[in-house]
Amino acid sequence: MLLEVKNLKTYFTTSKGEAKAVDDVSFNLEQGECLGLVGESGCGKTTTALSICQMLPKEGRIAGGEIYLDGVNYADLSEKEISKHRWEDVSIIFQGAMNAFNPVKKVGWQIAEACMLHDGLKKDEAWKKAGDLFELVGIPRERVTQYPHEFSGGMKQRAMIAMALACSPKLIIGDEPTTALDVMIQAQILELLEKLRRELNMGMILITHDLSILGETCDRIAVMYAGKIMEIGDVRDIFEDPRHPYTKKLISCFPDVRGERVIPDGIPGYPPSLIDPPEGCRFCPRCEFATEACSTTCPELVQVGEKHFVACHNMEEV
Amino acid sequence: MAEKMLEVKDLRVSFEVKKGLAETLMGKKETIKAVDGVSFEIGRGEILSLVGESGSGKTTTGKAILRLAPVTGGSIKFEGEEISGKSQKELHEFRKKAQMIYQDPYQALNPRQYIIDIVGEPLDVNDLCKTTEERLERIKKALENAGLVPPEDYLYRYPYELSGGQRQRVAIAGSLIMNPEFIVADEPVSMLDASIRTGIIKLMLEQRDKMGVAYLFITHDLSLAWLISDRIAIMYLGKIMEMGTADEIINHAEHPYAKALINIMPIPGKMIDSGRDILEGETPNAAVDIKGCKFCARCPVRQAICETEEPELREISPGHLCACHFVK
Ligand SMILES: Nc1ncnc2c1ncn2[C@@H]1O[C@H](COP(=O)(O)OP(=O)(O)O)[C@@H](O)[C@H]1O
Ligand SMILES: Nc1ncnc2c1ncn2[C@@H]1O[C@H](COP(=O)(O)OP(=O)(O)O)[C@@H](O)[C@H]1O
Ligand code: SF4
Ligand code: SF4
Ligand SMILES: [Mg+2]
Ligand SMILES: [Mg+2]
Repeated sequence: MLLEVKNLKTYFTTSKGEAKAVDDVSFNLEQGECLGLVGESGCGKTTTALSICQMLPKEGRIAGGEIYLDGVNYADLSEKEISKHRWEDVSIIFQGAMNAFNPVKKVGWQIAEACMLHDGLKKDEAWKKAGDLFELVGIPRERVTQYPHEFSGGMKQRAMIAMALACSPKLIIGDEPTTALDVMIQAQILELLEKLRRELNMGMILITHDLSILGETCDRIAVMYAGKIMEIGDVRDIFEDPRHPYTKKLISCFPDVRGERVIPDGIPGYPPSLIDPPEGCRFCPRCEFATEACSTTCPELVQVGEKHFVACHNMEEV
Repeated sequence: MAEKMLEVKDLRVSFEVKKGLAETLMGKKETIKAVDGVSFEIGRGEILSLVGESGSGKTTTGKAILRLAPVTGGSIKFEGEEISGKSQKELHEFRKKAQMIYQDPYQALNPRQYIIDIVGEPLDVNDLCKTTEERLERIKKALENAGLVPPEDYLYRYPYELSGGQRQRVAIAGSLIMNPEFIVADEPVSMLDASIRTGIIKLMLEQRDKMGVAYLFITHDLSLAWLISDRIAIMYLGKIMEMGTADEIINHAEHPYAKALINIMPIPGKMIDSGRDILEGETPNAAVDIKGCKFCARCPVRQAICETEEPELREISPGHLCACHFVK
């Protein structure tokens, strides 16, 4: 097992109270596997990723649970050991990351610097490594000496991926890595990530609000809502046999050109506050299947198939 | 097609922009042909979607039609009247009938105004209400039509107190209050979550069904365009490459660029085992003058003629137009 997240709770201190952004989330990931983490904005996807990378802002804290990467519990490590692991074990690519390059430094040099710092490479070795990484992500080697403004948006995102690969991480997390990009470039980047995952046998977590891109890239999908995982399973489980009311609704919100042209119903209302979430099931105020129990007891994830788990009191009726 | 409402012919918009410092000193400027000869019609109550990647000229087309971007050439006829040469004063009546909804509900709303004043602004600007009661009634009605009920709950709130979906509803209420006949909706749901999106879409369609409002719907999302529009036009570098009914475009596209877009269109639950036909490279800079077909540099089936001669947008079957030398 490459990654094990057990009962993770990550809370933020805000002026209005404590926001339970991630509340009792558990999942795991095998070597070379890709897990899609999907849900609407504010449901805790980025917070989950930042918790795994130990990169939470100061107002956030892990309030409970454990994270094991390759068997190592991060909670047992010192600050220094963590920062070393951060590069060697796990790398994260953010939405709009391509704008994170320093505009006055050569793109290749910024990657070479990372290699020198974290891999202890000498200068000429680091330059060569930067060139190798460029080729790996589909940028001509000679462009290592160019500046960020000479790169298009898609090329910059490729370079960011090269940077993330600098120390050959075991796990790569893409947090909406294609959200700001045009569809054709999005397809290029997703294909690149897919190729890299296979070639380098990395674990990958692909975070997105766009359910429609996941079928093509992931092995498994976890559906998050208001800080909790509502359903997790094989791609086929989620798309062909969704059992949770939220999963079903969410899928129906994406038009499918193979079907009929009918405007979907959408989901009434809005996601709940995470400071004062509903007591029982967090989807209860918007759920058409809600019963008495839903407003009082929070449903646990229950196994319904080999890799398929669902958290709903009434899944038989759904 | 229903009664013709809008007729756009050979619309052109170009921008002069300064190049780098050296060129600027030498007085050199470059010209960006953001919209380079675009023609289409929209009937009463019809929805035409403009689909394309960023920089293809969608927003500029929409703005130019409403005279919010400078028209360099071509003609725009609204209900038979030429719009393109009119002075701002002469546009007064047109402005009441044609409205724009923007992508970003955060930026489109004045953060320091109450919702009541944001929605009421078109009434105030056009001096349409004689009494404050009448004004209030119309504002409440507009909020209600936009699904913000009860309207009293929203009147004295600021935009930041609302969610993204609610803000877009406020923006729509502000457009609907004038009972427009035509709306340019520029990526109105792109920034909203999927579950909120359909509510806004339904609201727009309701106006079409009840009031016969026509839309130019701008989006980069082909499957959304298919879902809601009568016809789809696919743009690339300021030109329409292909246009036809929504089903025709999705199922029988002929243009190599349109086909490529459809091929990579994300579909929930579609699992791909073999590689896809992803176009290489990126859309070239709009400032570079392209002599032949605009898509030439990336086209997988280009021939010599494509580099020198620009293909015309021709009808290949009734109502289906395509601009490629090799699609007859
Ligand atoms: N720095 C922060 N301070 C306070 N609350 C935060 C902070 N970051 C995130 N949150 C809250 O945590 C919740 C989850 O946020 P996030 O993980 O960014 O969601 P997602 O990535 O799914 O959109 C949100 O309700 C958000 O308001
Ligand atoms: N005000 C402007 N000044 C200069 N160039 C502009 C201006 N507005 C748009 N452009 C350019 O025109 C082209 C088309 O832009 P736009 O209409 O915004 O495309 P889209 O909406 O399809 O993304 C782009 O190359 C853009 O940079
Ligand atoms: S537990 Fe109840 S409220 Fe929650 S999703 Fe299931 S039926 Fe709906
Ligand atoms: S005209 Fe030529 S370059 Fe343009 S789309 Fe057709 S084949 Fe391709
Ligand atoms: Mg996020
Ligand atoms: Mg635009």
